[in-house]
Amino acid sequence: MAKIIINSDKCKGCFLCVSFCPKGLIKKSAKLNKRGLNFAEFDACGECVGCMQCAVICPDCCIEVYK
Amino acid sequence: MPKKKILISGNEAIAEGAIQAGCSFYAGYPITPQNELIAYMAKYMPKTGGVFIQAESELAAINMVYGASAAGARAMTSSSSPGVSLKQEGISYIAGAQLPAVIVNIMRGGPGLGNIAPAQSDYFQATRGGGHGDYHCIVLAPGSVQEAYDLTQLSFDLADKYRIPVMILGDGILGQMMEPVQLSIKKIGAGNPKPWELSGCKGRKPNIIKSFFLREGALEEFNLKLQKKYEIIRTKEPLYESLFLNDAKVILVAYGTMARIAKSAISQLRLAGKKVGWIRPISLWPFPQEPFCVKNKKVKYLVVEMSYGQMLEDVKLTVNGRQQVEFLGRSGGGVPGEEEIIKKIRKML
Amino acid sequence: MEKIFGSFKALYDVSTHYCPGCGHGIAHRLIAEVVDELGIREKTIGVAPVGCAVVAYDYWNFDCSEAAHGRALAVATAIKRVRPQNIVFTYQGDGDLAAIGTNETIHAANRGENLTVIFINNAVYGMTGGQMAPTTLLGQKTSTSLDGRQREKHGYPLKISEMLSILPGVHYIERVSLESPQEVLKAKRAVKQAFENQINNLGFSLVEILSPCPTYWELSPKESLDWIRDCMQKEFPLGRIK
Repeated sequence: MAKIIINSDKCKGCFLCVSFCPKGLIKKSAKLNKRGLNFAEFDACGECVGCMQCAVICPDCCIEVYK
Repeated sequence: MPKKKILISGNEAIAEGAIQAGCSFYAGYPITPQNELIAYMAKYMPKTGGVFIQAESELAAINMVYGASAAGARAMTSSSSPGVSLKQEGISYIAGAQLPAVIVNIMRGGPGLGNIAPAQSDYFQATRGGGHGDYHCIVLAPGSVQEAYDLTQLSFDLADKYRIPVMILGDGILGQMMEPVQLSIKKIGAGNPKPWELSGCKGRKPNIIKSFFLREGALEEFNLKLQKKYEIIRTKEPLYESLFLNDAKVILVAYGTMARIAKSAISQLRLAGKKVGWIRPISLWPFPQEPFCVKNKKVKYLVVEMSYGQMLEDVKLTVNGRQQVEFLGRSGGGVPGEEEIIKKIRKML
Repeated sequence: MEKIFGSFKALYDVSTHYCPGCGHGIAHRLIAEVVDELGIREKTIGVAPVGCAVVAYDYWNFDCSEAAHGRALAVATAIKRVRPQNIVFTYQGDGDLAAIGTNETIHAANRGENLTVIFINNAVYGMTGGQMAPTTLLGQKTSTSLDGRQREKHGYPLKISEMLSILPGVHYIERVSLESPQEVLKAKRAVKQAFENQINNLGFSLVEILSPCPTYWELSPKESLDWIRDCMQKEFPLGRIK
């Protein structure tokens, strides 16, 4: 079992994490963050395996991974 | 340190003066007429544990000086006019980053490739910037080989004291001529760690060496800080020598090697009973104001340079219309001689 | 649960000015991770370029110097010669390292300076508005190659890493990319190797990182990574060059 925490205000909405999550657990949010952008949102109910691909590809260090 | 006198050329005296002042980094590129300086550094700098690099260009050399200074070393480079043109970007960065550095220009004829004969045609470049931005270098102009040695040592102290580039402005005659020099070690402050230097951030917050201030208002604020510094230097650091100002009707103004020729002309004229005086600015920036505070409105100045009138402008600005300022100059390797000067002064008297 | 990714001593926890999907953010983090893992933060001195990463020193938590455009390797040479016990690296873009700074690059490499060089190749000049770089691909449109780079007018994309590899003073050159998490991890290994080489006094070590510039490639962030994989890597093959 693992999880990630995304700092939604730091997120610039590049959505590379969305492309690379092998489980499709990250989605583009409907809401806007403080920057006025749609941000990457983690589905906490999903089965994250802690592969860290999202955090590794994130250019803005928005993602912390817990296992 | 043995208190001895040695016979040495101006170029070598500058190098030896730098080593004695604790210079521990030299980067340069060969160019006539200062090759003896780089050769001396190649031989003696490693012996003192310092770093010598023959860089791939004068441009690389000044950027190496930037790096060495950022790391806390007393750093120097030298060149001659065309090479100093290449260094102007680096000098602006050094001034903007508030790094201490010593840059030596043994001037030669220009513009362009010019020739290898002496000239004083880089005064504007040295004192007006050369590089971009509202900055200054302290500029010192030695008039003898001894003075070249002494002023080099002073340069390192001033550079450290004010975190400013200091330029030593010599010429091909000074660089090549040989005179006896009394050796001494100054080393004031050499080797003391600087709180801003890049040494690794152990035990402190990281240091950043930069001249880039993008935030609204930040660069203006920084420039005001620089201007305050320059004001202090203008007040405290002008250097000059003068003779016979109290009764002179014509005052000769010259610097560096030209001042020695001028002094010779003055001596001859004084022996002939002529009331002539002499001002030799030693710091060209800050330009000395004091000796030009002559009350007699009938006094005339004659500025003599190996150029077509560069220091002339500073003399005119300083005199500010109070008295007449005339000019005698030759360039492109031409050197005004005593006879020419005497002839001109006789006409002015 | 414990945190297995996301804390960096050598990187400040601040938002950067880089565009969404820009490779600089990843590259900065890789350097910080390596510096942390090697325990060298208090010895490290970075030299920042002129380019989008001109303010890299605002993101890294160690001593840094700015350098004039192209001159980082001259600055770094001197810092390392004066302080050989420190770890000194440059971080340079394609203009800084392979256009204006080519002379300083070649000669620092030729002298075999014991330095680590991180070369960010994104085939364009980002900071100044998307002009052609020495590494711009043939046919690639930029603001100064409006019809695409043409070999008759502009020459070929410059292979500076291959050029440097023939110099005996160069110890290590590897080209990596950021086109996927797997490649990012390989890039990190190369960056770590380049820093370890300096610690072990092995000489000039350069890592060329193919990096995305979505803004001036006019592609989305994911499309940019695909362009690296499908186009850039054909012109600039990955792998150990020396």
